[in-house]
Amino acid sequence: MKSGLFAVMRKELARFFGDKRMVASILLPGILIYFVYSFMGQAMGSMFGVDEDFAPAAQVVELPDSLAEPLQSAGLTLTEVEADQEEAAREAITGQELDLLLVFPADFDQAVADYAPASGQPAPQVAVYYNSSSTQSQFAYTAVTELLDTYEAQLANKFDVNAGAERYDLTTEEDAAGAYFAMLLPMLLMIFLYSGCAAVAPESIAGEKERGTIATMLITPIPRGHIAVGKILALAVIALLSGASSTIGTILALPKLMGAASDNLSADIYSVGDYLLLAAVILSTVLLLVTLISILSAFAKTVKEAQTYATPLMILVMLLGVTGMFGGGASQDLPAYLIPLYNSVQCMVGVFSFTTFTAGVAATLAVNGVCTILGVVVLARMFNSEKIIFAR
Amino acid sequence: MREIIQVQGLTKTFHLSSKQQKLERTKEKIRVAVDNLSFSACQGEIFGLLGPNGAGKTTTLRMLATLIRPDSGDALMDGVSVVRQPEQVRRHIGFLTSELKLEEFFTPNYLFTFFSDLHQVDPAVREARRQALFARFGIDRFAEVKVANLSTGMKQKVSLVISIVHDPDIIIFDEPTNGLDVLTARVVTDFLQELRDQGKTIIVSTHIFSLVEKLCDRVGVIVGGHMVQCDTLERVCGGLSLEDRFFEIYKETAGDEE
Repeated sequence: MKSGLFAVMRKELARFFGDKRMVASILLPGILIYFVYSFMGQAMGSMFGVDEDFAPAAQVVELPDSLAEPLQSAGLTLTEVEADQEEAAREAITGQELDLLLVFPADFDQAVADYAPASGQPAPQVAVYYNSSSTQSQFAYTAVTELLDTYEAQLANKFDVNAGAERYDLTTEEDAAGAYFAMLLPMLLMIFLYSGCAAVAPESIAGEKERGTIATMLITPIPRGHIAVGKILALAVIALLSGASSTIGTILALPKLMGAASDNLSADIYSVGDYLLLAAVILSTVLLLVTLISILSAFAKTVKEAQTYATPLMILVMLLGVTGMFGGGASQDLPAYLIPLYNSVQCMVGVFSFTTFTAGVAATLAVNGVCTILGVVVLARMFNSEKIIFAR
Repeated sequence: MREIIQVQGLTKTFHLSSKQQKLERTKEKIRVAVDNLSFSACQGEIFGLLGPNGAGKTTTLRMLATLIRPDSGDALMDGVSVVRQPEQVRRHIGFLTSELKLEEFFTPNYLFTFFSDLHQVDPAVREARRQALFARFGIDRFAEVKVANLSTGMKQKVSLVISIVHDPDIIIFDEPTNGLDVLTARVVTDFLQELRDQGKTIIVSTHIFSLVEKLCDRVGVIVGGHMVQCDTLERVCGGLSLEDRFFEIYKETAGDEE
């Protein structure tokens, strides 16, 4: 009778891989994700960055001697103007013809030297006009305000923090990259895996009900449980491929998306063991997701109805995925791994951030496995129910 | 002759949803589709179930095919209970109804292999049957054409062939010639006669009188879920045409129910 199970599995796979559009629906997400994320990274880079040799053009009213040298060292092309030219300079900034206007009070250095914070009088005011919609102006503004803040801190210098050239951040490159991956990938993985399952399960279960083809299978002597298992295994294979395509696309595109922050962002920081662990968690998650969506699909009369029923599950999966973005590493409490799907997120966070809780991973595989088996039993019973199979 | 099908007091009710109640303008919450139905069919016999739409023919056949469970009663298919051993029953029967569809994405060849696997047909036997049945129904030329691209008649022929991949002893056909052109209908009726001659037991449900007159050895008339007549075709007709006799029976039954 096992041959019937494999026949059902083969049929589901043949149905999928025989249809070019369906195969494209597996490969396309990964390719699209790669290009979209790469494009986004490039777009964001050009939006917030400037050329290396960019020298912001700034006009200054009452340039103090103390700041002339530092401002020029910061790469600004300074032009001194009179106070009556302020209005014209502001208009030039609005028109993006000028990057910055700095207005210092007269005798700025003396005013600063004379100022006593305890006097209760307002401190000497420096105005920095800029245009936030211009990348160059925004860049110049950030550079100048940082310089002025540093200068102000130097005037009242009591102590320095991390002022030397020594390396104070003691994180390893792997940990830093792992933290990035752990923040983003569990959520994205859960969404990709859910999408892979949701793309095929409603079609396979509700679609067959809708078209009347499932009943043709039900009048053969193969046990209903074998039909359920055969379908779920085949759907899991397809969903895994879909999830793998999206994940590979994401991992390849992530360094491009994160730009300069991702110099060491490479997936080769993980060992074969890490990947095997991740694969086991993903497999158990996909089996559970496919089973859950199949059960919901069996209730539905049409594919559309099945997709509607699966929407709350999608929201739940997304929310659970988001929980992986917080917390700085995987939970080390066993009870957290007894909650289906949440445990998957925790395991993924653990693998990516090198904080795997071994007992938790074992519990996850066991819990997801038991839930999947229970789901298959439920699905087989649903296939036995005439109310469900012949619902119109 | 040996009784292959023994139907004993089959009863099936359906709960009507409020939507169905509104649609059918009725206040009844439960509908008795089949009420204490009993009959039998012998080996090498074609038994016709005749009745108007909604009489309970399809529900009866679905129960015999183990697609739905009776509320009470039982049917023995070659001695195997549809209630207690439905999986065993499925080995013995071939069921064809317009409600059961074939996946249009696949070819007749693929589907023949797939359903043979589900019925655990030996590969050598499968190939011999494939050749014989495909040639018999002219499917061989379309064996690698997707079902979606076949004509309605060819689809029906493929469905028929798929329903008997495992060479069942009992064949249950619900409205076997519905929607078929005269040529295809003729191929189907000729084949049913061939199967009878091979000793198969066949139940067909229909409301086409000429089909019953041509094919059936015995006939059961169902009205309102009740078996109101069940005998040989000659005895049921009593010298009248089947159509005239059916309307007589129907009037008598309708009168009784009123």
